[in-house]
Amino acid sequence: MSDETSDRRNGLRSTLASIGPGRGRFAIGNLLSTNSETTGMTANSGESETVGTPESEQTPAGIDSAAGDMPSSDRPLGTPRVDDAIIEARNLEVFYGDTQALHNIHMDIPEKQVTALIGPSGCGKSTFLRSINRMNDLIDVARVEGDLYFHGKNIYDEDVDPVALRRKIGMVFQKPNPFPKSIFDNVAYGLRVQGKDDNVEEQVYTALERAALLEEVEDQLDESGLDLSGGQQQRLCIARAIATDPEVILMDEPASALDPVATSKIEDLVEELAQEYTVAIVTHNMQQAARISDKTAVFLTGGHLVEFDDTNKIFENPQSDRVEDYITGKFG
Amino acid sequence: MSSESIDLSRSGNDVGSLGDRIARYAFFSCAFVTVLTTLAIILVLVNGAVGFFREATLVELLGGTLSADSAAGGLETLREGLAVQVTITEFLLGTNWSPLIEPTSYGVLPLVWGTLVVTVGSALVAIPVGTLTAIYLSEYADESVRRTLKPILEILAGIPTIVYGFFALSFITPTILQPLFPQTGTFNAASAAIVVGIMIIPMVSSLSEDAMSSVPDSLRNAAYGLGATKFEVSTQVVVPSSLSGILAAYVLALSRAIGETMAVALAMGMLPQITTNPLEEMQTMTSYMVQVGISDVSVGSIQYQSLFAVGLTLFAITFTMNVLSIWVRSQYREEYQ
Repeated sequence: MSDETSDRRNGLRSTLASIGPGRGRFAIGNLLSTNSETTGMTANSGESETVGTPESEQTPAGIDSAAGDMPSSDRPLGTPRVDDAIIEARNLEVFYGDTQALHNIHMDIPEKQVTALIGPSGCGKSTFLRSINRMNDLIDVARVEGDLYFHGKNIYDEDVDPVALRRKIGMVFQKPNPFPKSIFDNVAYGLRVQGKDDNVEEQVYTALERAALLEEVEDQLDESGLDLSGGQQQRLCIARAIATDPEVILMDEPASALDPVATSKIEDLVEELAQEYTVAIVTHNMQQAARISDKTAVFLTGGHLVEFDDTNKIFENPQSDRVEDYITGKFG
Repeated sequence: MSSESIDLSRSGNDVGSLGDRIARYAFFSCAFVTVLTTLAIILVLVNGAVGFFREATLVELLGGTLSADSAAGGLETLREGLAVQVTITEFLLGTNWSPLIEPTSYGVLPLVWGTLVVTVGSALVAIPVGTLTAIYLSEYADESVRRTLKPILEILAGIPTIVYGFFALSFITPTILQPLFPQTGTFNAASAAIVVGIMIIPMVSSLSEDAMSSVPDSLRNAAYGLGATKFEVSTQVVVPSSLSGILAAYVLALSRAIGETMAVALAMGMLPQITTNPLEEMQTMTSYMVQVGISDVSVGSIQYQSLFAVGLTLFAITFTMNVLSIWVRSQYREEYQ
C-alpha cells in the first residue's frame, strides 16, 4: 500500500476519533458490552417462549386496550396498535398479476424499535416489506392497492417520488449484494447518489464503525467488497444502507445466508441500530425474532396478517390458535 | 428378495456400444474439421508469405532442396530460394505501397493506415450508438419493445455487406457527405467508416446487452434501495459491473470492422495513401486483396505473393484482437459469482 494512502487513512482515523465522543453509543466499549449481553441471550435461545427484549416491557399506551379485540381466528386485524407509528399500512393489498400476495393489511411500525415480520414461506412478509419502500414498483406485474403512510403521508400518492422515498427508507437484502467496487466505494455509493458526499471519507468511516465492520476492514478499504466473507459482506451492506442516514431500515432475512457466528453479529447490530433507526426485519427464524424485536407481526399462508403485538406477548401468549401452532412448530 | 438374476453383462448384442463409438468419432471429426481448416489457412498464408519475402515459397524450398541431385546442389537451391526479394523491414515500415506500377514498392503502412481509419471511424459510430442501444434494451425497454427491436437489429446484421457498400456509395456519400463537405470524393474513407460502423452496431449492442443482462438483479436492487434513479443504476452499477463484457464486445466488433471487405472496397476506393483527411480515397488491406484477386496478375508473381503477406498481417491483427477479447472476458468472470 502506498504511503500516501496510509497517510490519508491516519488523518481520517484522527478525524474519526475526534467525532467519536459525540456518537458515544457507537464507541467500541459500548458495542462490546452490548455484545456480551446479547451473547447471554443467545445462549438461552432454546427457551424461545420466555425470551423478550427489555424494551418491550414498556408498552406504549393504547396497545393494551387494542389487544382486547384481538381476533382469535384468521380474521384480518382491523385496528392499528401503536401510538408512535412512523409507518401505517391501511387496507394494503398487493397483487402479482392475478395472484393476490397480501390481503387487507392493517399494521403500524413504531419509531425507533425493531419490528419483526415472521411467517412461513410465501406468506407475504417480504412482499409487505418491499411495499414499504416501493421496491415492488420494480416488478412489472406487481400492483399495490390501499394506503401506506410514512409520517402521515401516503407513499402511494401520485406526487410521491419512489427515489426520494427510498432515500428515507433504506434496505438490506437477503443475500449480501455488495457492488463489485471497493469497500470504500460501496459505502460511499449511496452518499454520492444522494449528493451527501461533502465529507465522504468521514461518513464512510462512521458508517463502517456503526456497522461494527471498521476494525476488520480498515486496512483493506481499497479492496473489492466481494473479497469479504458473507457475514462481512452483509455488514458492509448494512453500513452502505446506514451511511446515508435513512429513518427506516428494512431488512429482508438479512442473516438467512449466514453462519451462526455471523448471524449473531448481525443480530447485535440490529438491536444497536434500533436506538437510532426504525427497523423492520423479515425473518423465518422465530428465535431470532424473539431475541431482537420489540414488536412482532405474524403473517400466515395466503398473505394475511394474523397477529401483531409486543414480541413477548406473541411468543408467550398468542391470541390466535394458528399463531400458537406456528410458533410452537406444529406447522410452517 | 427376488431370486431371478438380472443379466447386466455385455451380451452378443454389441451394436449399442459400437454405435456409440462410431457416433463419438463422427462428432469428433466434425469438430476437428474447423481445427484443420484453421491450421491449413495458417500454413497457406505462411507459405505464400515466405514466397513474398524470399525467392521461393516454403513448399518450393523444401521440394527443391530435397529433389536436388546432390547435397551441394540442394544447398545451392536452398541458397537461391532464400535470396531476399522484399525485406521484412521494408514491408512493415515502408510508407509507399505500389505493387502494380513500376518502380514497385512494398511498404504496407498505407494499407494498415486505411484499415485503421475505417476501424477507428466505425468505432466512433458503433460504440456510442451500440452501447446506448444496449443500455436501452437491457434497462429501459419494456418486454414488448425489446421483442420488436431485437429482431430489427438482427436484420441489420443480416444484410449482405456488399449492399452496405452500395448504400455508402449511392446514398451516404452523395446525399449526406457531399452536401456537407463539397470536397468529398466519390470514394472516401468517411462513408466507408460510417457504413461499417452501422454494420457492427448490432454486434456491439447485442453482445453488450448480454453482458448487461447478466448483471444480477440484486445489484440493481441494492442501488435502487439506496435511492438511485434508473439512469444512475444503469450508468453507475450496470455498465461498470459488465464493463469487461462490454469491452469484449467492442473488441470483437472492431475485429469484424478490420476484416470487413466488400463494403470498404466499394465505398473507400483503391488508392493506398496515408492522409489525415477522411474525405479522401484510401485503401485497406482487405480491399487491396480484392483488387489483386480480381486483377490479372499471374500466379507465382510477386504481386500474387503479396496477397499472402498482406493476408498474414491481417490475420495476425484479427487474431490478436480475438485473443484480447477472450482475455478481457476472462477478467470479468471473476467479478461476481
